[in-house]
Amino acid sequence: MTLRTETFILNAGPQHPSTHGVFRMRFTLDGEVIQDVEPVFGYLHRGIEKLAEGLTYSQDIVFTDRLDYLASMTNNQAYVLAVEKLAGIQVPERAEYLRVIMAELMRISSHLMAVGFLLNDIGAFLTPLLYMYREREKILDLYDMVCGQRLTYNYMRIGGVSQDIPEEFVPALKRFIDSLPRFIKEYEQLLETNEIVLIRTKNVGTLSKESAINYSAAGPVLRASGIKWDIRKADPYSVYSRFKFEIPTGIKGDVYDRYRVRIEEMHQSIAIIKQAMEQIPQGEIQTKVSRVLKPAKGEAYGRIEGPKGELGFYLVSDGGTNPYRLHVRPPSLINLTALRELLIGVKIADAMAIFGSIDICVGEVDR
Amino acid sequence: MSIFSNVIPTVIHAAPLAPDWPSGFWSHLIIFVVILFIFYIFMAMAFIYFERRVISRFQIRIGPNRIGPFGLFQPVADVIKILIKEDIIPGNVDKIIYILAPAVAVVPSILVFAVIPFQNGTALIDLNIGILYIVAISSVSTVGLVMAGWSSNNKYALISAMRIIAQVVSYEIPMALAILGVVLFSGTLSMNGIVQAQTVPYILLQPLGFVIYFLASMAEINRTPFDLLEAEGEIVAGFNIEYSGFKFALFFLTEYAEAIAVSAIITTLYLGGWKGPFLPPILWFLIKVFAVFALIIWVRATLPRLRIDQVMGFAWKCLLPLAILNLLITACQVVFWPALSQWIIAGVNIVLSAVLVVLWSRFFRLTGDKVEA
Amino acid sequence: MTLALQIAQLVAGLEKSVPGSVTESGGNIIVVKPESLFKVLSDLKTNKEWDFNYLSFMTAVDYQTYFEVVYDLISLEHNQEVLVKTRLTDREKPVLPSVISLWKGADFQEREIFDLFGINFTGHPNMKRIFLWDGFQGYPLRKDFKQS
Repeated sequence: MTLRTETFILNAGPQHPSTHGVFRMRFTLDGEVIQDVEPVFGYLHRGIEKLAEGLTYSQDIVFTDRLDYLASMTNNQAYVLAVEKLAGIQVPERAEYLRVIMAELMRISSHLMAVGFLLNDIGAFLTPLLYMYREREKILDLYDMVCGQRLTYNYMRIGGVSQDIPEEFVPALKRFIDSLPRFIKEYEQLLETNEIVLIRTKNVGTLSKESAINYSAAGPVLRASGIKWDIRKADPYSVYSRFKFEIPTGIKGDVYDRYRVRIEEMHQSIAIIKQAMEQIPQGEIQTKVSRVLKPAKGEAYGRIEGPKGELGFYLVSDGGTNPYRLHVRPPSLINLTALRELLIGVKIADAMAIFGSIDICVGEVDR
Repeated sequence: MSIFSNVIPTVIHAAPLAPDWPSGFWSHLIIFVVILFIFYIFMAMAFIYFERRVISRFQIRIGPNRIGPFGLFQPVADVIKILIKEDIIPGNVDKIIYILAPAVAVVPSILVFAVIPFQNGTALIDLNIGILYIVAISSVSTVGLVMAGWSSNNKYALISAMRIIAQVVSYEIPMALAILGVVLFSGTLSMNGIVQAQTVPYILLQPLGFVIYFLASMAEINRTPFDLLEAEGEIVAGFNIEYSGFKFALFFLTEYAEAIAVSAIITTLYLGGWKGPFLPPILWFLIKVFAVFALIIWVRATLPRLRIDQVMGFAWKCLLPLAILNLLITACQVVFWPALSQWIIAGVNIVLSAVLVVLWSRFFRLTGDKVEA
Repeated sequence: MTLALQIAQLVAGLEKSVPGSVTESGGNIIVVKPESLFKVLSDLKTNKEWDFNYLSFMTAVDYQTYFEVVYDLISLEHNQEVLVKTRLTDREKPVLPSVISLWKGADFQEREIFDLFGINFTGHPNMKRIFLWDGFQGYPLRKDFKQS
């Protein structure tokens, strides 16, 4: 006699400790195994793309902070890159180096949070997260020194950056960068050989190479599946072509590989910051750009390698002061396309681990 | 402690307290019940405070330090807050079961304290089937948790209730088998008898049994790494998702009462209960209980949680065979070498345990995949 | 991308496989007719000479008289990029074939274009609004959308 079973629908609703923000997943469960998942978006939809058409190009920089609010600097960088491509503006060298330093610090901070929250979702009860936050606090203090803000920086401007770094920044940065590798190593030691972390992350949520490319995954998700693709090397922007760094890739594309790729990228970011600090020249920090910029008619797409993937801004100009169309290529949303395939057939506990390893920020998903 | 030295004799090798101290059956019962309740509440609050401070130090932060000196009145503030909360009963829950569930969960965890010896012979009642009583009673609180999960009419609670049944029932068996090893050595089921029989603490004589019992009882009381029954990240507090106010306080109290009970049982069975030099026995008992609880907190602060199929695999494929082997070895030692010095047996057992643990970790796969770093 | 796209060669190749599809080209942009869009995209994906296997993004722009849908294709192997555009003049019921069978990453992006512009993609398994709620009237990113 076969047992009659039923599937039921469970809402990992907008308010849930593990869905990194207001994001909803409707699971269809058979016991503990997920049969189907339907992600529901739009809880944080603010209509940024439409709002941006009502403001000038420089006023739109403020909106970009709020897209991926955990990595504001890189958002700024992508947008001003797109505008500079559109209007043909050259950026002075010192500004480029400052942008690189800020962006790489942002990458370290975002990866610290991603790794910390992944471990929190697996169940390690805040302890690794708070260790990560201790280091992130130092980064936020550095940012506070430069632009006075800790979350939404609004630091970059069209044609450069808004403020120069104060004198106490360089020694503070040096202290932080020198202490960070030892900390990351200590962190690795605590967790790499922990059997429970290994069995919760290995072979869980494997994304094959072909799937990763087909799903347009980007960033650490793509690289963990074994594809060496990093915008900083493939389509170098700013002064990245002057630095020596590597692109860490994974082998299988499971949760463990994504976690390792992020940790390795932190090491690479440290190397980039060290080289940037040596090479940074004196000079201006912003080219003279008219207050109200009126680029010529045309279009441009500026892309950068953000911490979560390829972040790009597609700008269309009609010759006026406001952009005619601003489109954000959201890495979080596009990485989530693979979610349904990854989650089917998996237990709830693993679902949270996989979801945490994709590392989204809902501000970017919904815009 | 002066109250205790005036009222209760604290001679080191204390003569057993008369079972009807101070003056007859009923006064013994009433006074001891009152003392136990005070102990229970006081220890629960002390444990809550202790855990919050210690976990905070693990997480490089300070922990509660505002209310009272060193934050000592934090648990009092929490209790007051919870007691004055509005008691919400959601609309479509199964009312009777919903209201009864916290009571069914909390009462067995208090009943366990009836047989735990605080000093030589000082227990509410020194049952001669003490440990059997404990194993029987502590399983009843599971029914309360499942009642809560079912009656809440909430899918998260239901998933949690199913997990509870699976996990708690599976870990009963290795737990009971580990206890049997201790009983074989001590020859008596009475808790006080077990403590008195420990010339060598049983943690040395039964290292494997200690580990098995420790892990199995952590799984019974839903502590990390087995706390998936109320995993906040996945099923958002599980069975007590619809509870607030005093009923939630009772569930919270259950968790800590079971932790105290498990620490007390481990102290009695494996660490030599109230035995120890120089200090009064009650103090030794408290020190050992706190030491075991500190170990439990340490594990909670460090390890992530397991998945339900890994938890089940661990119980049936790892702990159960090891517990049976432990029982077999202990039985052979008791039958064939009853006169051998216990220290030699302890040495043999430690070596055997190490060999068995290494052997199992080579061949044991939690989910079927070999894990390599 | 680091390698400049040989746009003339690309257009010539496309003329051979899908004749009459490309209406304009320049830089790394080609404009194709909506009817031949799907054939052009699948040819760009499967042709080993170009091997555009990665869809970076797709979006739409409202140019008052027509909608323009933009596809950004990248070849990871050859490190090249091409922007394929198509123009839809029907403003009442704009329709395009879905490219989800070529690149599954187009899933949410097509839903977003449907949600905000009203362009229907035939062949998409789940053509529903994605950000706005189901009963919402109108398509916000169109230029003639009245904000109430």
